[in-house]
Amino acid sequence: MIKFFVSILLIALLSFICGLFLPWWSIAIAAFVVSALIPQRPLRAFFAGFVALFLLWGGLATYFDMANNSILSARVAGMVYLHGSSVALLVVTGFIGALVGGGGSLTAAFLRK
Amino acid sequence: MRIIPFLLSLILTVGLIYCLSRQWGGLQKTPPFGQFFSPQHGFWQNAEPVNKSFDGNLLLAGLKGKGDVYFDENLVPHVFAANHVDASYIQGYLHARFRLWQMEFQTFAAAGRVSEVLGAGRNNAYISYDRSMRRLGMVTAAKAALAKMEEDPVVKADCDAYTAGVNAYISQLKASELPLEYKLLNYSPEPWTNLKIALFVKYMAYDLAGHDNDFEMTNAKSFFNKVDFAKLYPEVQDSVDPIIPKGTHFSPAGFSPKAPATADSLYLNMPLTVTAAESKPDPDNGSNNWAISGSKTMSHRPILCNDPHLSTNLPSIWYQMQIHTPDYNVYGVSFPGAPYVIIGFNDSCAWGITNAERDVRDYYSIKFKDETRKEYWYNGKWVPADQRVDTIVVKGGQPFYDTVASTVFGPVMYDPGFPGFSEEGTTRSYAVHWKPADSSNEIRTFSRFQSMRNYSDYKEAIVTFKSPGQNFAYADKSGVVAIWQQGEFPAKWKEQGRFVMPGEDSSYRWQGNIPQPENPTMLLDTLDSGRGFVSSANQTPVDTSYPYYLGIDFPPYRGLTINRMLNNLNSITPGDMKLMQTSNYDVFAAMAKPLLLRNIHEEPLSADEKNYLKVFREWNCTNNPDEEGPVIFQYWWRHLTKDIYDDEFSKSSLNLMRPFESTLLESLLKDSAYSFIDNINTPEKETLQQVVTKAFLQAVPDLAAAANAGRLTWAKNKDTWVRHLLRIPQLSRTNLPIGGGVHCINAAKKLHGPSWRMIVELTDKTGALGIYPGGQSGNPGSRYYDNFVDKWAAGEYNNLWVMGLEDVKDSRVKWTVHFSNQ
Repeated sequence: MIKFFVSILLIALLSFICGLFLPWWSIAIAAFVVSALIPQRPLRAFFAGFVALFLLWGGLATYFDMANNSILSARVAGMVYLHGSSVALLVVTGFIGALVGGGGSLTAAFLRK
Repeated sequence: MRIIPFLLSLILTVGLIYCLSRQWGGLQKTPPFGQFFSPQHGFWQNAEPVNKSFDGNLLLAGLKGKGDVYFDENLVPHVFAANHVDASYIQGYLHARFRLWQMEFQTFAAAGRVSEVLGAGRNNAYISYDRSMRRLGMVTAAKAALAKMEEDPVVKADCDAYTAGVNAYISQLKASELPLEYKLLNYSPEPWTNLKIALFVKYMAYDLAGHDNDFEMTNAKSFFNKVDFAKLYPEVQDSVDPIIPKGTHFSPAGFSPKAPATADSLYLNMPLTVTAAESKPDPDNGSNNWAISGSKTMSHRPILCNDPHLSTNLPSIWYQMQIHTPDYNVYGVSFPGAPYVIIGFNDSCAWGITNAERDVRDYYSIKFKDETRKEYWYNGKWVPADQRVDTIVVKGGQPFYDTVASTVFGPVMYDPGFPGFSEEGTTRSYAVHWKPADSSNEIRTFSRFQSMRNYSDYKEAIVTFKSPGQNFAYADKSGVVAIWQQGEFPAKWKEQGRFVMPGEDSSYRWQGNIPQPENPTMLLDTLDSGRGFVSSANQTPVDTSYPYYLGIDFPPYRGLTINRMLNNLNSITPGDMKLMQTSNYDVFAAMAKPLLLRNIHEEPLSADEKNYLKVFREWNCTNNPDEEGPVIFQYWWRHLTKDIYDDEFSKSSLNLMRPFESTLLESLLKDSAYSFIDNINTPEKETLQQVVTKAFLQAVPDLAAAANAGRLTWAKNKDTWVRHLLRIPQLSRTNLPIGGGVHCINAAKKLHGPSWRMIVELTDKTGALGIYPGGQSGNPGSRYYDNFVDKWAAGEYNNLWVMGLEDVKDSRVKWTVHFSNQ
């Protein structure tokens, strides 16, 4: 279980650093690298990557959204058929990052086993 | 390693990334979702904190000296620069900082490069748009203008600095900081150039001088007999009050164009039908301005007012700013995409602009030898046409190659390969002569406006202004008030260019221009005891004693209202001007209402119908947001127009010019037996009373439907938008509670209206008010994106604070940016 939480923390951290310099999909590489170094069973690895990126992307977006009083998220949420719901947009944001992060981690887990 | 699950998982992950990296959809593509949603790359980066500080220190090598920019609470910059070149540099930087996407997109639209960003569009609409702009000669016109601009050392230096300022901002811009629209459409800005400034100027020329009805008029001329034609398209408007008052004496023409010997046989009496269709800017691109002498104001000082009517877009066409240099101190609105303040005031004087709406675009029917369009018949022989191939880059598609022939008259706008926006196609070819395609330097006028001090400076500044022709109102602190309709206008013989002209001989070409000193003007100096004001609202500039042919495509009603109101007002204050600029009084309705009420047959009406009539009768002809009267009037008049004209007009499959609203009203007021009242499809002869009553009865179901939809009040029915340039509703402001309309001084229509309301009182310390429907930031994620919109709709104004260097510590300064080169 410690491995699981450490993985989440490290994936989130490395993804954040990668995001500062590299394209958005570098989160998959970050998740892959951390999960390759900290081996876990595939399902666990997947959830580590998934949760890490859900928290990172969802968290960052929430941070920006609060500072912005949801001005932009309300507009964008209308454009992507979320009926102007900022919360839905935050969840979608987290989910997109989570799927890619989970995929990166899952791939790494199969590499080690 | 479990190779199969590994590979499967790898493929799934890479596949997912691929799917999230591409744009989906057909004509309207999604953004690449991964990048777009990534909080470190995508739109979340554009969510500007509401308490963001705009303070900063900028080190920019292109500056000559130091400069400071003080932002007030509305994010209006007050620029203090060491000289005019640095001022232009900083202005370029600020435009890019707050409006980059818009300024680049507008120049793409000008240059016919929309497909490059948006793709081919539905039915290749964007490609057609691009072709039309390129064929009209927008790019060649901009290049010619640029050459002229760069001959002027002041303009050249300022444009170079402006461009350098824009590029200084672009070059340090990280991908994550790109404006939202770039992320939505998945592209990046290219470097700015002086050519783009010229393109923007030509875009305004297209917007303001790109309107004519030559094709529709040509068809109407061939379809109607002479008597009907004269009734439908009369050459005088009874109700007009021209810019230069009626009865003013004009000298004889300094240049008299000669009508060709064949004008009657080959032109005016020659039936010709046109199936090509033009793309046109909004026909109501107009404006109001007026300037009042001190003799009529409370302060005994002139007051100048201006509200240019343009498409109400987000980001706004305007960016408000103050620019202070050792030579001048100017305040007003600028165009993101060009240097200088365009409408505003300095420490000595104020100026305002409206559109002249003169017809400066004429078409010629060209006879080509064959489909290659390499030779055309001109002055009795086949002569070679120039040909060029335009390459239109299309996002997500193959490039489109357009072969454009060019004649002595100008480029071929429409031909069998490009019928314009007609579904029918065309077998003929039409060359266009468009005045703004002739080379000129309009920017020079504004460069001189910044520092002008008196009437002679103003005259010197405008004298070179060619296109689009404008009414420049002027007022200064010495008490002078003036207006010039300035532009370079072709001197035309009667009805030249009213219809498509024969393009087979030189006698139909424009022969020369109206000499500049003969442009309509009115000057009131301090001793003037006349009417005490000048004004313009796109009405015809002069009465029929002016020695040149001008046509009649001018809206009469706003000008009439303005002149009446100003004649009746004395001891005028800026508060009076606010009420006037936001006046929703509809003089057209006021003239039509008695006619309708006089002719409606009330007896057979049901209680419901009588109720609508009662509301209409009690309506004071003011189009306020909550009134039902304007809605009833609109539907009623629309049905009346259809009932009177459609029986005749529907007999032709051609695109015919529809008579102006003023024509129908004036005809009915003069002649209750107006021949078009009779429905030619029925044996009986209808009367005005019958048709007015019938139109009312037809309007009632529309009104009931509107009432059911909650749209019976004027603002709800009209549904005014301030619309994002990409027409995305969520980035626009919709259903604004604003009244007015096309015939009101407050000319707010659905997508179009007063784009900047300004009132300047030229007291020792200038007092000024202004507002535009938008906000200083072009970022939809900023609280400054649309923060003026509600105030604008409500008819409120911001005080225009002319900051002095002594005000640096004033509480109105919210943020400061220091610019320096070391």
